[in-house]
Amino acid sequence: MSDDKNETEGAQGPGEDGRRRERVIGTPSPAREKALLAEDDISAPAGVGEQLDEASMKRAERIVATFFLVAFAASVAFIAYFIGWSGRDGGMHGVVRARESNFWLGGTMALSFIAMAVGVTIWVRRLMTSKPIVQERHELAADEETRAAFAQDFLEGAEDSGITKRPLLRRTLLLAAAPLGLAPLVLLRDLGPLPEKRLRHTYWGEAVKKAQAEGKKGVRLVVDGTNKPLRVSDFSSPGGMITVLPEGIEEEVPEEQVLTQNAKAVTILINVPADKFKPAKGRENWHVNGIVAYSKVCTHVGCPAALYEQTTHHILCPCHQSTFDATDAAKVIFGPAARPLPQLPLSVEDGYIVATSDYHEPVGPSFWERG
Amino acid sequence: MSQATPPKAIEGTLGFIDERLGSTTFFRRNVKKVFPDHWSFMLGEIALYSFIILLLTGTFLTLWFKPSMVEVVYDGSYTKLQGVKMSEAYDSTLHISFDVRGGLLMRQIHHWAAILFMASILAHMLRVFFTGAYRKPRELNWLIGIGMFTLGMLEGLFGYSLPDDLLSGTGLRITQGVAESIPLVGTYIYMFLFGGEFPGQDIVPRLYMLHILLIPALILGMVTAHMMIMWHQKHTAMPVKNQTEQQVYGYPFYPVFMAKTGAYFLFTFGVVALLGAFAQINPIWLFGPYDPGAISSGSQPDWYMGVLEGALRIMPNWEITAWGHTLSLNVLIPAAVPLGIVFGGAAAWPFIEAWVTGDKRQHHVNTRPRNAPVRTATGMAAVTFYGLLWLAGANDVLAERFHVSLFATTWFFRVTVFLGPLIAFIVTKRICLGLQRKDADTIGHGVESGVILMSPEGRFSERHEAPREEEKTVILSKENARPEAPARDAEGIPAPGSKGPLGHLRSRLNRAWTFDDIPVEEHEHGHSDQKAIESGSEQVKH
Repeated sequence: MSDDKNETEGAQGPGEDGRRRERVIGTPSPAREKALLAEDDISAPAGVGEQLDEASMKRAERIVATFFLVAFAASVAFIAYFIGWSGRDGGMHGVVRARESNFWLGGTMALSFIAMAVGVTIWVRRLMTSKPIVQERHELAADEETRAAFAQDFLEGAEDSGITKRPLLRRTLLLAAAPLGLAPLVLLRDLGPLPEKRLRHTYWGEAVKKAQAEGKKGVRLVVDGTNKPLRVSDFSSPGGMITVLPEGIEEEVPEEQVLTQNAKAVTILINVPADKFKPAKGRENWHVNGIVAYSKVCTHVGCPAALYEQTTHHILCPCHQSTFDATDAAKVIFGPAARPLPQLPLSVEDGYIVATSDYHEPVGPSFWERG
Repeated sequence: MSQATPPKAIEGTLGFIDERLGSTTFFRRNVKKVFPDHWSFMLGEIALYSFIILLLTGTFLTLWFKPSMVEVVYDGSYTKLQGVKMSEAYDSTLHISFDVRGGLLMRQIHHWAAILFMASILAHMLRVFFTGAYRKPRELNWLIGIGMFTLGMLEGLFGYSLPDDLLSGTGLRITQGVAESIPLVGTYIYMFLFGGEFPGQDIVPRLYMLHILLIPALILGMVTAHMMIMWHQKHTAMPVKNQTEQQVYGYPFYPVFMAKTGAYFLFTFGVVALLGAFAQINPIWLFGPYDPGAISSGSQPDWYMGVLEGALRIMPNWEITAWGHTLSLNVLIPAAVPLGIVFGGAAAWPFIEAWVTGDKRQHHVNTRPRNAPVRTATGMAAVTFYGLLWLAGANDVLAERFHVSLFATTWFFRVTVFLGPLIAFIVTKRICLGLQRKDADTIGHGVESGVILMSPEGRFSERHEAPREEEKTVILSKENARPEAPARDAEGIPAPGSKGPLGHLRSRLNRAWTFDDIPVEEHEHGHSDQKAIESGSEQVKH
């Protein structure tokens, strides 16, 4: 900034009268006469202070001082409240006290800032005697001579350094720099694992495999929240919808993995009335008397498709309003999602609803390798 | 009035610095630097001060916030969540809100300041655009501004994702879904960003680093560059009396501007503190901790992300699957195209305009929006486009409030997002030309004085007076369109720069820019009229 060429020399001191709007003391300002047209009227001090008599300046001074005193009082109140009241009985104890303290601290703080701001503003407008001044604007670009001189110096420097004369030097330097630029990128490799097949299966697959190894038909569905396995008889009334997870996801998955596995395995279970239900081809035995299971992860960008309208049997994702038809293999009826929600094959075992395999396609948003 | 030398303490300090840095030369040049005045010049200041408030309150919050996704059981003073499992990030945010005195205030001020920061940048950018303040030599500052707004969007998104509450987790989920849809590298970006599958345990600490270190440092650097360039080039001025391309008129930096801007900082802080005290924002304790299977209806991001949200909502469900690969146009297009058009277009605009108009001069005096109808109309088209997408981000709320079907609102926005900008362009341009006509009229015939004259024959007429000098300066600041050299001269030789398809395009655009311009000038023939009008007004006065 020190090479700044703005010179105040161009501007004569504040006393230069010709630049100011001519105005006889005692007559109304032309701006005030046609206030709406006075776009050019510079609102700040306009040298008002100069035109006021000592008495009204004294009055303005007192007003400003009052505001500053208010600001002082408010900040003192802020500190006093903080020390004396905000922590009484050893803490804030929840919402009510937090809100109360928020009102007091915030209120006094705001009052202090605003009173001070108002004070300074009145000071500027009523008491400062500065007058508007004029400064020259300067050409930003350097003149031809300077440019030519610089170009000369630049070429001379390049010549002296030998970089233009010695291509071997130049090329090997570039060669040396190139991998150096790549090195930090390599360091980022361990940010995460490669995708591999991770996105293609969910915990349902693992859970089903484990259950089948124990000679069972499939893994039981547990209700999200209560973690209790679900019987067919618990979910017999048509029109219902609940969120389910594979049994064991809370207990057998390492703790830091639970949410991540949940995020893929989360499933909605819907009881579609038998007369409305149209099972998709090849999935005729995937439901239990109209009880169907779809992935809860929206195929658009992954929000939970959590709203179910009983009368229309539509599943709606509240984020971007993709709408799926629960009676018809969760086909997309409206919205930005392109694919139906994947369906989970269900069956019954000992009166419990079980899943007999993982989802047959990746759940959630589309991705390049999905196919 | 004042002493000849400043008080000892100041003199001594200045002397100390000067002897080591030679700073007095700089101070001497700048202490009375002129700042032209206009209310709209304060918009950028709000952004600057919001940023300072963000740094202050943000620093406070980092003292207690724990950027960790390790699961803990809540045991704080908010009874409704006691015993609930949650991440440490959410737990510590509750702690700041309910158990750190002034913590809730700082959180709310921080959030409000972020909203104000983005809003004031946008308003400031609109001011700069519509007054043509981005023109040479200020294109660099315009680009820096666009960069700051874009970074601000990321900064905001990452910031409100940190508490790891249900709403912000949903935002992250959408971010993840968008990242995943990128062709070729999407899944890799997703895995590298989250350190594995969503949500994993890495994302909050990573966003924390970006939010409190990397992005603020970048923004701070850009703010500094922005201010230094502004200082060096001097501020633009509105086209009013005493402001010309050669000189700037206004109050000196010290003491007037310094005091005013100081007061303005206090006003900004005061207003944000008022909001923080009395207007609840982001009550994360009501949302609960993040659970990938749960969601609340009416999930809305902060306003500056609304345009992306809206685009995602109204996009038709196009997806291409071929040769074993999937291309999610339904996600990619809304994520990249609308903001690409608005901000890419904004970034390219100064250069496009200079190319079309052939105007390579420096401009320090702003244009009135009406005097550049194509620019103003384009700006309004962009505002409409952005505004409609932004509204579409709340289509569920609109559907509920106005009792219309959700699908109807979606279709409404699908259509208007194309039609609206077109209509806005045409209407704005007509309004601009109408205002130009009015200006031409004011200069040519004067303003109505309200004085009715009766001629000797008994005819009544109203006397028109010349406009006030100040008003005339403003109106005559219009630069009338200069007729461009015809594409081919009389001999059929094409003018330089109009050859080839690009040259043709340029001449065409140039014509579109200027063809319906209404010249505003003091008429040659009206010279005597003008005199008569002026002498007439003299008569009225005595």
